[in-house]
Amino acid sequence: MSRVIPYHEALREALALCLEHDPRVYLMGLGVPDPKGLFGSTTGLVDRFGPERVRDMPASENAMTGVALGSALAGMRPVLSHQRVDFALLAMEQMVNQVAKWHYMFGGQRPVPILIRMIVGRGWGQGAQHSQSLLSWFAHVPGLTVIAPATPHDAKALTLAAIESDDPVISFEHRWCFNVKGEVPEGIVRAPLGEAHVVREGADVTIVASSYMVLEAMRAAEQLAEDGVDAEVIDLRTVAPLDRVTLARSVRKTGHLVAADIGWTSFGVGAEVVSAVVEDAFDALRSAPRRVASPDVPSPSTPALSAGFWPRARAIVDAARAQLGRAPLPAEGPPPFPLDVPDPTFTGPF
Amino acid sequence: MMRLRAVEERIAARYPEQEMRCPTHLCVGQEAAPVGVCAALRPDDYALSHHRSHGHYLAKGGDLDRMIAEMYGRETGCSRGKGGSMHLVDLSVGFLGAVPIVASTVPIAVGAAFGARMRGEDRVAVVFLGDAAVEEGVVHESLAFASLERLPVLFVCENNLYSVQTGLEARQPSGRAIHELGAAHALSHAQLHGEDVFAIHAWAEEAVAQARAGEGPSFLEVLTYRYLEHVGPYEDVELGYRTREEVDAWRARDPIAHATRALADEVGPETIDGWMRAHAEALDAAFERAIAAPYPEPEALFEGVFRGTSTRLGEGT
Ligand SMILES: Cc1ncc(C[n+]2csc(CCOP(=O)(O)OP(=O)(O)O)c2C)c(N)n1
Repeated sequence: MSRVIPYHEALREALALCLEHDPRVYLMGLGVPDPKGLFGSTTGLVDRFGPERVRDMPASENAMTGVALGSALAGMRPVLSHQRVDFALLAMEQMVNQVAKWHYMFGGQRPVPILIRMIVGRGWGQGAQHSQSLLSWFAHVPGLTVIAPATPHDAKALTLAAIESDDPVISFEHRWCFNVKGEVPEGIVRAPLGEAHVVREGADVTIVASSYMVLEAMRAAEQLAEDGVDAEVIDLRTVAPLDRVTLARSVRKTGHLVAADIGWTSFGVGAEVVSAVVEDAFDALRSAPRRVASPDVPSPSTPALSAGFWPRARAIVDAARAQLGRAPLPAEGPPPFPLDVPDPTFTGPF
Repeated sequence: MMRLRAVEERIAARYPEQEMRCPTHLCVGQEAAPVGVCAALRPDDYALSHHRSHGHYLAKGGDLDRMIAEMYGRETGCSRGKGGSMHLVDLSVGFLGAVPIVASTVPIAVGAAFGARMRGEDRVAVVFLGDAAVEEGVVHESLAFASLERLPVLFVCENNLYSVQTGLEARQPSGRAIHELGAAHALSHAQLHGEDVFAIHAWAEEAVAQARAGEGPSFLEVLTYRYLEHVGPYEDVELGYRTREEVDAWRARDPIAHATRALADEVGPETIDGWMRAHAEALDAAFERAIAAPYPEPEALFEGVFRGTSTRLGEGT
């Protein structure tokens, strides 16, 4: 049976199910058992499963990643959480040199079943060190599966599949998705890792997005539909390994590609999507592919600059129209509410 | 300290208006360490801080107008609005910067001291850190290097017992006081109560003198407490991670009350009231100026990623 619940609750359900069904699973991370529980994604779990399996940790990201790895080698299935991607950077050595390599480098003798959750921040002036979307960094490293659930359903289904995976998985959870509601089945639900999901079928232009940009892409598709443009929207769901088959199939149908990404433009996920399609379906392209992502500057704190930094649906609409040879839409008026928050209910500080 | 308290309380009062749109970590209750330590520094000494930096910035001589403007995202802010509360800077008074990544400024402060010594300057660097910072490996690496090189740097750890909503007992071994980490790296070290700004100041004077004399780094642990929530303007006892009794017990050892008692005989209560009034008026003006100041122009988004200049070998200072 499906109910409508927010993303953070969907995450919590997935974690609870895994804790319930597999004694090897444990959760660890700063604030995991605290009253706020990582923006609601772990609240109450410590009461159900105890502090041994739902653990806080010292602010020692690098060491604790190694601890998680060691425990996985010893038969556990750790889920390590970081309140921001930016904090996980302190653990880059363990993640890139150790977690990602261990299975291959020792001839595949032991699985490395680790899920590392990282929350992407955005808006409310969080600035340069609390809002980075470094998906492409991790996607670049062989051995890491990188997922980016955009909807409550996928938050549950991908998280569950990631915990069940015998490979290390990095999950990017976007803060602006956390309060979004959607239909989520009860009980165990899985989404396959490594497969993109066509969330909206269309014939005129392919919009490929991941994480929060999927929500903007869906808004863009609705706006395009008002003008008779039928957009296909693909949610990557798994950023690495990239599902090139689904991308090429879609572009063979539409002939146009817009790649929307939560990160920076250069060397980003969008760049990889465009490259893959150019390699696999060049002959089908009827216009130059376009990327919609943040300009290559650090994220500024002031709300005055957020409109220029974070692209929204309109940027995707503009890119698609340009590809189809349509005239640009008239300039938008001032936004109905400040663009540094997902919606007016969001009042900070985070 | 009174000024600092007044500033933080005013920020707390105005934050719900949602015009200061950045995460804001207030230091109400923790005023003694910044004030006591910074009073022992020269303007050209360096200081660095972390997410809870208002006190460190102001005590080092940072500009109140520019701090408030930064929180309002204005062009006149100390980081041109690009940083917000977590990224304060004022080079004119040696405040090299604050960043919210836990412990990241600790090695940077060691480097500032290293640079100063290499240049033959007798500057001292101070870095303020929280109790959670000592859980990060980089702090131990930094202490070891500072000790190895006998660098003129002061590590001031404000132990307020919590990292966000997690108590010290869940994060660090019992039976090891934080200041003892200084001993492990052969630094002089001490533990003081954050109620007593005078004791902290006396420690800082001595530590600075030692550092300037080339006799190496020092580590201070200050036992202190934040009265308000981790980030944001409110109290948070209802969350249940700490008790009302605990908060009240710390409030009863308030650093400002302590200083006021100590000064009462010298200056009298009217003078202290006068100070408080003057601070409040100055504050009104700072907020008004911040709100009236312009936002950065859209082009500012692209300015400052690179400097785009170069310095020829042997030129410059
Ligand atoms: C590397 C890193 N990990 C986690 C965080 C999240 N975080 C922000 S403030 C904070 C608590 C820091 O506690 P402490 O150093 O004791 O300073 P306090 O907030 O108590 O002043 C944490 C864990 C962070 N900013 N950086």
